[in-house]
Amino acid sequence: MLMFPSDSLITSFVYSMSALPPFKPVTSYWFRLSQNGQNELLCFPSPASPPPAAMIHSLFLINASGDIFLEKHWKSVVSRSVCDYFFEAQERASEPENVPPVIPTPHHYLISVLRHRIYFVAVIQSEVPPLFVIEFLHRVVDTFQDYFGVCTEAAIKDNVVVVYELLEEMLDNGFPLATESNILKELIKPPTILRTMVNTITGSTNVGEQLPTGQLSVVPWRRTGVKYTNNEAYFDVVEEIDAIIDKSGSTITAEIQGVIDACVKLTGMPDLTLSFMNPRLLDDVSFHPCVRFKRWEAERILSFIPPDGNFRLLSYHVSSQNLVAIPVYVKHNITFREGSSQGRFDLTLGPKQTMGKAVEAVLVSSQLPRGVLNANLNASQGTYTFDPVTKMLTWDVGKINPQKLPSLKGSMNLQAGASKPDENPTINIQLKIQQMAISGLKVNRLDMYGEKYKPFKGIKYMTKAGKFQVRT
Amino acid sequence: MSASSAFNEEKGGSSSVGEPEYGHDPASGGIFSSDYKRHDDLKEMLDSNKDSLKLEAMKRIVAMIARGKNASDLFPAVVKNVACKNIEVKKLVYVYLVRYAEEQQDLALLSISTFQRGLKDPNQLIRASALRVLSSIRVTIIVPIMMLAIKEAASDMSPYVRKTAAHAIPKLYSLDPEQKDQLIEVIEKLLADKTTLVAGSVVMAFEEVCPERIDLIHKNYRKLCNLLIDVEEWGQVVIINMLTRYARTQFLNPNMNESLLEEGSDKTFYGSDEDEDEEEEEKEKKAEAPMAKRKPYVMDPDHRLLLRNTKPLLQSRNAAVVMAVAQLYFHLAPKVEVGVIAKALVRLLRSHSEVQYVVLQNVATMSIKRRGMFEPYLKSFYIRSTDPTQIKVLKLEVLTNLANETNISTILREFQTYIKSMDKDFVAATIQAIGRCATNIGEVRDTCLNGLVQLLSNRDELVVAESVVVIKKLLQMQPEKHSDIIKHMAKLTDNIQVPMARASILWLIGEYCEHVPKIAPDVLRKMAKSFTNEEDIVKLQIINLAAKLYLTNSKQTKLLTQYVLNLAKYDQNYDIRDRARFIRQLIVPTEKSGALSKYAKKLFLALKPAPVLESPFKDRDHFQLGSLSHLLNAKAGGYQELPDWPEAAPDPSVRNVEVFALLERVTTLTSVPEWTKCSSREKRKEKRVEKPFYSDSEGESGPTESADSESDSASGSEMGSGLEESGSGSESEGSEEGSESEEEEEEDEKDKKKIKKDLKKPVKESESEQSSEEEERKHQRKSDQQKSDSESESDEESDSESSQSESDDSDSEADVKKKKKAAESKPPPKPVKKDTKKEKKEMSLLDLDDFEPAASPQVTPVNSFLSNSLVTDLEGLSLSDAVLSPANISPCSALKSYELLHRIRGEGLSVEYCFSRQPFSPDGNMVAVQMQFTNNATSEAKNLHMEDVKLQSGMRVKEFPEIELLPAGETATAVMGIDFCDSTQAANFQLCTHTRKFFVSIQPPVGELMRPVFLTENEFKKEQGQLMGMNEITEKLTLDAKCRNEHTIVQRVTTAANLSRVPCGSDKECRFAGRTVTSGSLVLATVATKEGGAAQLTVNCEKMVIGTMLVKDVLLALTQ
Repeated sequence: MLMFPSDSLITSFVYSMSALPPFKPVTSYWFRLSQNGQNELLCFPSPASPPPAAMIHSLFLINASGDIFLEKHWKSVVSRSVCDYFFEAQERASEPENVPPVIPTPHHYLISVLRHRIYFVAVIQSEVPPLFVIEFLHRVVDTFQDYFGVCTEAAIKDNVVVVYELLEEMLDNGFPLATESNILKELIKPPTILRTMVNTITGSTNVGEQLPTGQLSVVPWRRTGVKYTNNEAYFDVVEEIDAIIDKSGSTITAEIQGVIDACVKLTGMPDLTLSFMNPRLLDDVSFHPCVRFKRWEAERILSFIPPDGNFRLLSYHVSSQNLVAIPVYVKHNITFREGSSQGRFDLTLGPKQTMGKAVEAVLVSSQLPRGVLNANLNASQGTYTFDPVTKMLTWDVGKINPQKLPSLKGSMNLQAGASKPDENPTINIQLKIQQMAISGLKVNRLDMYGEKYKPFKGIKYMTKAGKFQVRT
Repeated sequence: MSASSAFNEEKGGSSSVGEPEYGHDPASGGIFSSDYKRHDDLKEMLDSNKDSLKLEAMKRIVAMIARGKNASDLFPAVVKNVACKNIEVKKLVYVYLVRYAEEQQDLALLSISTFQRGLKDPNQLIRASALRVLSSIRVTIIVPIMMLAIKEAASDMSPYVRKTAAHAIPKLYSLDPEQKDQLIEVIEKLLADKTTLVAGSVVMAFEEVCPERIDLIHKNYRKLCNLLIDVEEWGQVVIINMLTRYARTQFLNPNMNESLLEEGSDKTFYGSDEDEDEEEEEKEKKAEAPMAKRKPYVMDPDHRLLLRNTKPLLQSRNAAVVMAVAQLYFHLAPKVEVGVIAKALVRLLRSHSEVQYVVLQNVATMSIKRRGMFEPYLKSFYIRSTDPTQIKVLKLEVLTNLANETNISTILREFQTYIKSMDKDFVAATIQAIGRCATNIGEVRDTCLNGLVQLLSNRDELVVAESVVVIKKLLQMQPEKHSDIIKHMAKLTDNIQVPMARASILWLIGEYCEHVPKIAPDVLRKMAKSFTNEEDIVKLQIINLAAKLYLTNSKQTKLLTQYVLNLAKYDQNYDIRDRARFIRQLIVPTEKSGALSKYAKKLFLALKPAPVLESPFKDRDHFQLGSLSHLLNAKAGGYQELPDWPEAAPDPSVRNVEVFALLERVTTLTSVPEWTKCSSREKRKEKRVEKPFYSDSEGESGPTESADSESDSASGSEMGSGLEESGSGSESEGSEEGSESEEEEEEDEKDKKKIKKDLKKPVKESESEQSSEEEERKHQRKSDQQKSDSESESDEESDSESSQSESDDSDSEADVKKKKKAAESKPPPKPVKKDTKKEKKEMSLLDLDDFEPAASPQVTPVNSFLSNSLVTDLEGLSLSDAVLSPANISPCSALKSYELLHRIRGEGLSVEYCFSRQPFSPDGNMVAVQMQFTNNATSEAKNLHMEDVKLQSGMRVKEFPEIELLPAGETATAVMGIDFCDSTQAANFQLCTHTRKFFVSIQPPVGELMRPVFLTENEFKKEQGQLMGMNEITEKLTLDAKCRNEHTIVQRVTTAANLSRVPCGSDKECRFAGRTVTSGSLVLATVATKEGGAAQLTVNCEKMVIGTMLVKDVLLALTQ
């Protein structure tokens, strides 16, 4: 049995009291103290205590301003005051993303994920693999996104009943039940404008009339009886370059992470195979459960019965032995002089290894040192913004013209009297190159078995910058 | 959006109240008076007859619940609607009921009868949902009803209902722990369930209710391992975690030998930070040594099974599954195999930051124990300025753990960049990391120290403070080397203005003043001069320094000390005044000074213990990795300790289950993975061409796997295991045929339809020579296979086709026989001609999209080492002698063919032969030789037959049936059998046409004189043990550069000799087994690989001649 030393607990209470925003029911602590007696409060749930059961006990959705705007309980109700521990941790963290994902409290553990500026806080009571909960929460967010297009507070509030129905189906007694979007869509139809209108007029519902058979199916990810007039299958090969480029322009680390996202709208139960010209490029892969693993192992062919609609077929990593082509270079000269309140900023971008393709949608961002008050810059192309509060400099370059390289030049004003910043800012670059997978990966062919019709097939390649950083 | 309308109406409706819902602060609890008013109209709506009104009301109520408002007073109004016809209303009522039943127990009972009725519904989904809601209602009074419902549902014929029953078990348990014993019975029953659907849920129930009853797992262990890949992802996590614990109690530590052999070298190689680990490991060693001596470690096949079946899940998209497998490997796998998890874990680092956070925590723990594992991925842990601080710190931790002599310079260069970061917490962590690298790796200690010393001039106090702390720690570890650095630091006092840094330097000089006897007084002199201008903390340290110097070197510093103390006496700061007074009393001996002054030196110059710089993740691995407890480094409630390995393995036979009939096993094994299914006849043909390629694909997917799966079933696992092996997508639905009368009926009906179709088709297409009788027979086989057929329910059309193609496939495996019959019954050239033509035509007819030319080249290198064995097994089955397809020839192309008659010598007739490795059905002791006759002449050849066979004594020949006509330009095949009497003597005979006779001879390579047998690892060892001494031939060899991986070795050996792979615990060894065709003597071959391509080949065979020759052949195959 684990005990907090009692005095540290008290200090933590005092902490929380001073740190809490005024509207929160701070008194609840003292209530519980007096009600339960100190001993109980000080204990972690002991392993010998009565059965914990339920992996995920409750879920709270908390917005950026600290309001709990939705709660769902799968077992008995857990008071929302448990979130006070979360708020406490939130106060302590300098940035929103620095809130620890796992927070122990005297009776529960809080596991949270932050997405779209909403904290999804799961309350659990006993040992459970943290990744299990985290992965599940992300799956919940993905499902919301899938259903409502966006996963914002407003969208969730607008669709609160659907959200509730979804959560009810996704977890049974805190254990994941149906998380495949295809099954869920059979159970609960996603809201569309048309359906909402029809529903209001006819009073019909968005809960599926038939009982879902997907859960009984041998291919649980695909609903049965899919019908399309236009049968089409699109595959997007999207590769992201993660790289760190050092001051001198040499590559410290660079790797390619790719995904194949599919949009398959095919009638019936098609069985697809997708083969690559150069499958050996793929070093490490993870599959959608539909992909037959043994076939991949043996022949390097993706063979699968696809889910209906959008899904991620595969994500891969291109082996680090291959040299990664870096599509752009950056010439930079960012200097601060000691004693002067001025700094120079000079940045030029140019294409490097792009295989003749145009580099588009280039966006440069950089977190300037805190001492910088403002920046007077001149962009040869595109527009730049500087946020004096967050010190974030963003330069929307657009397409790089190899003849006339885009540049951003000018001066920065520093706080008077402030000393020279230690570090030069890091430059983050986003970009897109269409119709090319930078690793050279190519899909060889896509074949369909099991159905008679001829589907329309499409493959698109794209390269993006992932976490692409240039140190200056 | 329907909900939004609910909101809107609510707004509209509440306008009279003038309190839009949104306006509330959810935390404030709401205003009750308005709630009551609103509730009245909600009640009205719920009482109305219109479903739409009810629905509207329910939506509003659910919205209230979602925002945490109390809607309990509506309970009577809501519960009335539990039997509502509208599905959505019903569902929302369930939501409400589950939420409030606990508070309104009496009223909740009103709803129970509805669910009890639902439990009897003919629709499985309704039964399931009734059970789900019923078990979610936390009302103690209904415990007996729940218990009854669960028990009933556990033997329901629908796997989905059984799954729901498994889910209900923990619910009931948490409601009433008294029911434990009864629930365990249900769990035991459900654990025996063979469906993937149930497996995850029941193991979850097991973990919640009775994790200590490990004995319940024994009988189901193998089944769980085999089902695992098809269980849904969340279930996989639970099962893997449970199996990790199970394996720890049942198997021996796979590393007990390695720890003996390898630790020594590890020790010298890695730096000093392993000191502690080593000690532990040494302890371990001592503990293990006697055991290791007792007997060499052999991995239990069940242990291997678990490792093998979990490995593919590293490729899961679900981070939790990957983590679960990773921890399983970390805790259970032999050291050499743990490496595979690194790549997958590194992949997870691309995921959301919360996932990264958890994964990095685990990687940090692992990287302490197994540093080498993550070393290749060093760069993946480099830090980006955009990472959240908590991620940065964890990555830093990993980088530090990974640092060694070879990579330290790169790591330090990275650290240099980090030190300049704006994130000061991170900088502090980096400095600590540098300190740890410096302590761990002697070579860079000085570099690190110098770097850290430079950091002392940093403007940021945090950086300086951290650096000083680290420098101080470093210096304390190596007292003899101090003086240089201290001297250097002393010089810095002139330049460094940061008070914290100055103070720290002074402390250091004071602490080690004996090492820098000349400089210390001088520093004190300088400090005394600037005393008044210093910051308070510096002043305090000057006093400290003075005191220490006074104690060690009073001659030189007495006056200075007194001067400093005097200055301090009148300082503005009371702390400094106090300190000065205190120190003066302590060190300057006066008459009044008490007993303490005698001990002044001891007080001031006590040896401060060197701080230990170690990872906070050290020893965290006593918690099961990936668990919450590991993450928190504290035992969480409900955490199940990971048991230590047992000293001696418990009886492995507890996992044995009764053996199923051989026939069943064979059918399941031959069942073709579902991807081979295709709908059109053309495609089926094409598939058949590809067939050996598939049969191989299973073998290839891991030669060990196929072989092992065999051994599993041989060692007693049930048919389910084979079933699951047959393809990742294949389902186990079939295995429950016994209970599912409902579904079976359906299936039967389909089967009937299929018969019809199958009967019609050949007639319609008029290209098959199958008789309907054969078709019938085939159908029988098919319906057997049907059970393993995963898609049978979904697509009838394709299914009937596929099952046919399945049987075709297995037919073609026994093609030898077929061909023979076909050759007998028909004038041989005809079918051949027809077939080839047909094939051509079909090729051109094929939809280009669907035809895959790339597949055919892949066919050729294939060697059907798996199917061989199947064929032997299949011999017992009376196979239909169906269609002679062109595909039948293709296996030969994979085999080495020899020339029997050159076309010049044969005047246009050329004959090639190969050893088809199929059993020769007329006589089991004969080797089948497949001959291919090609007529290159312009005229036809007639009456091809053989005559005048000359043989060594004991040898026998079964002639091939006469080929009556071979038109010009055509090809025909025939099969003959030769009993070579286990010798490589040639069989000589004359090949006759209607005009000529040719003398020919067939000499078999020794490798063709045997047929594969399946042995388990243990059987192999046993047999090998009996074939020692004279019967064992060992040869050392150096492997060809291209032939160093396991797969190639297996391929080459099996090409050279007709042997089958034997599962083997170590991946350094490949084992093969076979029996000679005539005498059935066992032939065992072992290839043990070592570093750098060296290898050792061992052949055990009681026929020494065969053994010797085999060694020669295999040697040749491996070294070419």
